[in-house]
Amino acid sequence: MTYKPQTTITAWLLVMPAVALLGMFTHVPMIGSVLHSFYSTERPRRPSRFVGLDNYAAMLDDPIFWKALVNNLIYALGSVPFSIALALAMALFVNERITGRGFLRLAYFTPTVMPMIAVANIWIFFFTPDYGLIEQVSQFFHFPAHNWLGSTNTALFCVTLVAVWKEAGFFMIFYLAALQQIPNDLKEAARLEGASGWAIFSQITFPLLMPTTLFIMINALINAFRVVDHIFVMTGGGPNNATTVLLFRLYEIGFKYFDHGQASALSVVLLAVLGMIALGQFLLFDRKVHYQ
Amino acid sequence: MISSQQTGFIARIINTAAAWLLGLVWLLPLLFAAWAAFHTSANTAKLDFLAPITLSNFATAWAAAPFARYFMNTALLVTGILIAQFILCTLAAFAFARLPFRGREALFSLVLIQLIVAPDILLVENYRTIKWLGLVDTLPAIALPYLASAFGIFLLRQTFKTIPTELEDAARVEGCGWFNILWRVYVPLAKPVYLAYGLVSVSWHWNNFLWPLIITNSVENRPLTVGLSVFASLDQGIDWSIITAATLLSSSPLLLGFFLFQRQFVQSFIRAGIR
Amino acid sequence: MLTFNRRLFSAMALALGLAATPAMAADVEVRFYYPVAVGGPVTKIIDDYAASFEKEHPGIKIKPVYAGDYVQTLGKALTAVKGGDSPELAILLAADLMTLTDDDAVIPFDDVLKSNADKAWLGGFYPAFMENARVKGKTYGIPFQRSTPVLYWNKDMFKAAGLDPDQGPKNWDEMREFAKKLTKKDASGAVTQWGIEIPSDGNTLWLFTGLTTTNGVRLNNAEGDKVTIDHPKVAEALNYWYNLSKVDGAQPSGLINWGTTPRDFIEGRTAMIWHTTGNLTNVRTNAKFPFGVAFLPKNSQYGAPTGGGNFYMFKGISAEKQAAALTFVQWMTAPERAADWSIKTGYVATQPAAYETAAMKAYTADFQQAIVARDQLQHAVPEVTVHDNQRVTKVFNDAVQAVITGSKSTEAALKDAQRDADRILKEFK
Repeated sequence: MTYKPQTTITAWLLVMPAVALLGMFTHVPMIGSVLHSFYSTERPRRPSRFVGLDNYAAMLDDPIFWKALVNNLIYALGSVPFSIALALAMALFVNERITGRGFLRLAYFTPTVMPMIAVANIWIFFFTPDYGLIEQVSQFFHFPAHNWLGSTNTALFCVTLVAVWKEAGFFMIFYLAALQQIPNDLKEAARLEGASGWAIFSQITFPLLMPTTLFIMINALINAFRVVDHIFVMTGGGPNNATTVLLFRLYEIGFKYFDHGQASALSVVLLAVLGMIALGQFLLFDRKVHYQ
Repeated sequence: MISSQQTGFIARIINTAAAWLLGLVWLLPLLFAAWAAFHTSANTAKLDFLAPITLSNFATAWAAAPFARYFMNTALLVTGILIAQFILCTLAAFAFARLPFRGREALFSLVLIQLIVAPDILLVENYRTIKWLGLVDTLPAIALPYLASAFGIFLLRQTFKTIPTELEDAARVEGCGWFNILWRVYVPLAKPVYLAYGLVSVSWHWNNFLWPLIITNSVENRPLTVGLSVFASLDQGIDWSIITAATLLSSSPLLLGFFLFQRQFVQSFIRAGIR
Repeated sequence: MLTFNRRLFSAMALALGLAATPAMAADVEVRFYYPVAVGGPVTKIIDDYAASFEKEHPGIKIKPVYAGDYVQTLGKALTAVKGGDSPELAILLAADLMTLTDDDAVIPFDDVLKSNADKAWLGGFYPAFMENARVKGKTYGIPFQRSTPVLYWNKDMFKAAGLDPDQGPKNWDEMREFAKKLTKKDASGAVTQWGIEIPSDGNTLWLFTGLTTTNGVRLNNAEGDKVTIDHPKVAEALNYWYNLSKVDGAQPSGLINWGTTPRDFIEGRTAMIWHTTGNLTNVRTNAKFPFGVAFLPKNSQYGAPTGGGNFYMFKGISAEKQAAALTFVQWMTAPERAADWSIKTGYVATQPAAYETAAMKAYTADFQQAIVARDQLQHAVPEVTVHDNQRVTKVFNDAVQAVITGSKSTEAALKDAQRDADRILKEFK
């Protein structure tokens, strides 16, 4: 293909502002993280110096790092499938004519427009021992009392649940958009041939939604590594680091202990995780269909 | 034997009930917020419909923090980000969609990296950059990392690609330059995408917390979310009445907006064909 | 020699600056970072103080900056210093003293104090508050919003359980017995009223220091480079805490949230709590029942950690600003202000003189509970104050939480914590 020089100049001028900003706040910092991870943190009497892999060694030696990594994987594996499944269910509900469709759409979507930092306090109330909402319900059914946020074995579950609550409604919109583009005659034809509702869903609707599901999955996975606001309020990463995830730990090291060398090493780990997700996406997606 | 019509009816009942149950569960935090915000803290945990309604929590919350200032900051912030995103993404998306130029594919792949690596992850380095620019504790500092959005560019490029070239050719025959073509043909046809993307962007930045927390120091430059977080870290403990009042105050513009424009919003998403 | 010269120079500059102040027309601006850690319109109280000060001291402008909670404010202050844009003053955790001196961010007040009267001023505060205000004999912190934990008890519940409503538990054994008696269950065995709650999620180490101090063990040395964690008395304190839930069932199991504990007490879900004196005003306003405030019960001795924030003065500011900032700090910590602040918030007034003011006498006459925290000060020790304080604090918190949630044995948790803390503190020896 031959390019007209004039078009090339125009095009570069058009993309330049966006590309420059992206480079400044995405690509340069990515490289910067890697570079700085080889340097010690600057202290008043000890300037930053090259320390090779020391920051990584210290990180690997830190049990909280491993805990944060494992927690984050559980957080991702817990929140991704559930938010996808619920998003799909929600979309199927409000795609059909159903009593109170507008209200339901609103209800499902509200978490998206509410600030997590504040809503997290409400969730604390729900999970509070004795008189919290969940405990009141479980007392009604005579379940044994449980301290949801204050136990290492349920705290992570709680913050995962809140993440699902936050995200499902947003992903529903994508499914809804996709559902509306599935031609109705396809389903009608199947129905005339006597296919059951489940058969129509599993044989026609779901396969047609596959690209959307993949898109949502990738986004949900990425969010599992960046949505941490509620953890600040609900548990502060506790009890005993049971809800500490990578980004939370990064904040702690970088902006509470001001150890930027260590924080850079941790940033590189996060980048590597995201890189793996990107690789997965590349392998899963048919690039032609989606990017061309 | 139950007729298929009957099973259909039963299925629909179950379907509706499940949908409503899920809806109520999803709405619970908001319902609780509304309950607690209008009652005294003594009645927070009791479902007593005779408990007196009060507005004092809103007054207390409003007085406890400079909410007017926070609102203004957040409003300025989301508007500024939105305008910049629209302009930057439109220009870039048009070039990527319709102008064949050297290095296009490589450049676009670079842009797409931001879809995966969000600025939130790069806190430490972005902090360095902002400090280097001398912009710590300013509103532009909160906005800068988000102005160029790969998602916006990607979305608009996809949409622009679906617009038939005949329309463009017609405009070209009339002697329009690329700017006129973009402005008269592409932008109007992509309106639903702008609306859908705009709403997502506004609600994301209205509620963004971690980055503004790190990059701002003073009340003058703080958005709502960071102001709200102060309520969550009090020595005296949590007062749900005040917190819920503050939560409702700060999310009411978005809730109201979504309530009023819910239909258009969903429609524009559907027409935008975001999938 | 170099330091001497620098100090001499700064003293000269200070003298010049002072001499020049009245003649200068331009106002001196003092920026003052303040962490909002207290509920209610506390920023308004501070704003009012700043306004009254400005009225009394024309030529000085006070600019309070409300920078979030303690940790956030510390971060903001340190970054501002690195960026060459130091505030003149900040109120930060007394416990972050060494983090600030290690970062070379603050200057000792000794450098700006000139007259003997000024030096006498330093001697006016309660000694317990000054212990973690000094490094190597120099005073870096001036006490402002200071607190200690105390035990609150619900007198109605004591009466109902057949206990003397006017006497809180005196020692560990008593507290344990009382807590068991005060725990009530319904027919199904669900607890309707807890005996005690000592919060373990939020200010965990602070309250734990209350337990270790009453058990006669200090968690850190004065130099702040050594901590005592793996120690039988520390283990005993931690086991006592854990067993209130595990063995006695008189305290909720799992972590107890700092933020919800006062609420639990006010709503009558627990008969006793350990919490900050900073909560007195809140409890007094909202509790519908008579309540008492007591010292933390002793095991081998009385004791409690001090907590809260001190004034710090930052490095790299002009002599003129130093003088203005000092004037403000002295004004803010004057006995009348200390009394007023204590009455409005519940924090302990920082000096004996404050309790001699008319306002304080009137306040305490019908509210004896306010005296308890002050009296406890004679037994108080500084809270854990070490190098890299936030990190070491987290090591302690994690160990306590691991035991309280039953995920580690006491021995293992304390042993791990000792190792982690030693590793962090190694480079400061």
